[in-house]
Amino acid sequence: MYNTTELCSVVSGHSSPAAILCKCTTRTAFISQLVKKRQPWILLPGNFQRLLSRVLKLALSSEGLYQLFNIPAFTTAMTSSTNVSCFHEARRVAIFGGTHGNEMSGVTLVNLWIQNGKEIHRKGVETKPFITNPRAVEKCTRYVDTDLNRAFTTENLSAPSGDDLPYEVQRAQQINEIFGPKGSPEAYDVIFDLHNTTSNMGCTLILESSKDHFNLQMMHYIKKAIAPDSCPVLLTEHPLLKYSTSRSVAKHPVGLEVGPQPQGVLRSNIFESMRVVLKHALDFIELFNEGLEFPPCTVDVFRVSEKMDYPRDTNGNIIAMVHPNLQDCDWEPLNPGDPMFQTFDGTTLRYEGAGTVYPTFINEAAYYEKQQAFVTTRRETLAAGAIKKNIGQSYSV
Amino acid sequence: MEGREVVLPTVSRVALCGGTHGNELSGVYLVRERLKRKRKVEEEDHISVVTVMSNPRAVQQCRRYTETDLNRCFTHATLSGPVTDKTPYEIVRSQELNTLLGPKGSPEAMDLVCDLHNTTANMGLCLIAYSDCDWISLHIYRYLQRQMSDIPVRFIHFDLPLNEAYSLDSVGKHGFAIEIGPQAHGVVRSNILSTMQEGVQHMLEWVHLFNSGTQFEGGKVDVYTMVKNVDYPRDFETHGITAAIHPQLQDRDFCLLRPNDPVFQTFSGETLKYKGTEPLYPFFINECAYYEKGIALSLARQRSVGIPSIRSEREGEQGKRTSSADEMEEEEKIKGEMEGEGYQKLIEYGEESDSLNGQHN
Repeated sequence: MYNTTELCSVVSGHSSPAAILCKCTTRTAFISQLVKKRQPWILLPGNFQRLLSRVLKLALSSEGLYQLFNIPAFTTAMTSSTNVSCFHEARRVAIFGGTHGNEMSGVTLVNLWIQNGKEIHRKGVETKPFITNPRAVEKCTRYVDTDLNRAFTTENLSAPSGDDLPYEVQRAQQINEIFGPKGSPEAYDVIFDLHNTTSNMGCTLILESSKDHFNLQMMHYIKKAIAPDSCPVLLTEHPLLKYSTSRSVAKHPVGLEVGPQPQGVLRSNIFESMRVVLKHALDFIELFNEGLEFPPCTVDVFRVSEKMDYPRDTNGNIIAMVHPNLQDCDWEPLNPGDPMFQTFDGTTLRYEGAGTVYPTFINEAAYYEKQQAFVTTRRETLAAGAIKKNIGQSYSV
Repeated sequence: MEGREVVLPTVSRVALCGGTHGNELSGVYLVRERLKRKRKVEEEDHISVVTVMSNPRAVQQCRRYTETDLNRCFTHATLSGPVTDKTPYEIVRSQELNTLLGPKGSPEAMDLVCDLHNTTANMGLCLIAYSDCDWISLHIYRYLQRQMSDIPVRFIHFDLPLNEAYSLDSVGKHGFAIEIGPQAHGVVRSNILSTMQEGVQHMLEWVHLFNSGTQFEGGKVDVYTMVKNVDYPRDFETHGITAAIHPQLQDRDFCLLRPNDPVFQTFSGETLKYKGTEPLYPFFINECAYYEKGIALSLARQRSVGIPSIRSEREGEQGKRTSSADEMEEEEKIKGEMEGEGYQKLIEYGEESDSLNGQHN
């Protein structure tokens, strides 16, 4: 929260007038300060009125967003659409590979780009390729002590550092320092986290928050760019099923999950698909940074619903496999009564949910130990407001 | 070759092994289910099948191996090497398995050792063996081909002498691996498991028929003999790979690779072509476990092999063979020749001690 003095100094300190908004102290104090600073644009009655009403409207909203206004643009925006979310430019972007050491597309791409970053270079963007779990990569294993992509919990990140911590927890702390701190204004703008799956998921984008309009717009852009090929969006926003990923350190975390590919194997087609999706993502960022306004859009997503384990016996051993009718059918509807598992002696077990769901992560190798045969999702359409980069200087708020 | 009949001892003791690589799950699940059910054998089957979980520690961790690849530990040298407390687990285990199922090369060895594997390569069902004139294995191969129409069945021959043969199946008098793909390691696909169950079932069927005195007519079978391995192109300094299997070669196991056909695609998009002069058949294309062994794919020559008609020895008919120069050579290759002694027909299933089988919960 800014007091009026700070607010005014920030406002007056910029050549193209802009107002930082949070929750104002008092309306009159704000006005008097602005008048005192003799900002000529403020004194234009129409602009002033509109600015003030906008300030107060946002101050009273529960969003708590920081907004930057360019006054000329603001006035036009007021007449066209009051709902353009302005973000500061996405200047710092990271590309993570090897979060799981045996998911080879990401490992290979990131190593390639560390050697020669030309392909990922975009004007005005610092793109940093980074191997998150080098020890696991070296051993070509998912993780050494614990799953890095579950390690970015508040508890782990705030624990006192030390060599006695599991390797991946230490690593999470280091990554948080370099690319975060998670939740702070200093955190990286965007992190792409590259993964492979043994499931037949194609190129799936993973979205962590339904309110991340920047990410929604990016995913909308990517989907359009790779059409007619499809790019499903998995929304992992769920009170129980959401997990603390390495990418969650950034303001805008983007997961990219491409399959099917066995662990430890590099398939050309999978590798190229991932590369193409990333290219479009970086193009989007470049366009955004150049000032392009992206109009409101909708994005069809699959919201994660329920984790389904394999049927097990009393000793915890798996007693059935994914049914042949369900195997490889990620993103296809699973209706109540449809075959789901097949026991070793050939009995079919059927899905008994209330309605149609869209399963994914079907038969992912790494999830046997996490008690997950597949996860169900439900279709949803999310709306993203228009977004645009602010034209003033970016603030690190 | 096809005119004469070869008489061979019955195949009364069979070992079925899974989990030799702990993350090749079809074999793991198949063995686990068999051990769970501890199926009673009908007297008429004339065979005893010992079911073994070869590498229980690796199975528990769902890894290929813990310290060293178990399926490279069955050379005579490794089997007879000294064991200390520093000896890798898999070497200790290979010697245990040799005691249980062998000793390799001796008359006490199992008549048939069948080792179950999966591969990430698109190989269908392959029998892999060290001999191209072990009639038992080749007849089983032909039988499987005829019985299983859904999946291609092939025979791969690694031309190595017995003492250099390094895999578990070389412990028995007759032996082969059943390799089924494609399946990612650490995953069990229902269709692949069904295929493996079917394959094992047909194999045991054949053994039963053979032991009951059925004569199997001779003929010709196609065999792929391994010629060489091809590694990935690698960076000179880091030794990391610089290309992936070309999309036009990926999944095309056993499709003839001709000179100048694409083999690799570098990360900068360049196509690397097959430089050999002889067209060969690729297999184990992009097998996950072979990256560390420096193998991107293997290449084989295909040939047609004549197999004689065979039947099992009848009671009191020991050692009766039609003789020829070829036969002498053949007899050398048929492991565990019984000289003037009968052998017991045991009927026991899966009754090995837990410490040798490892876990089979």
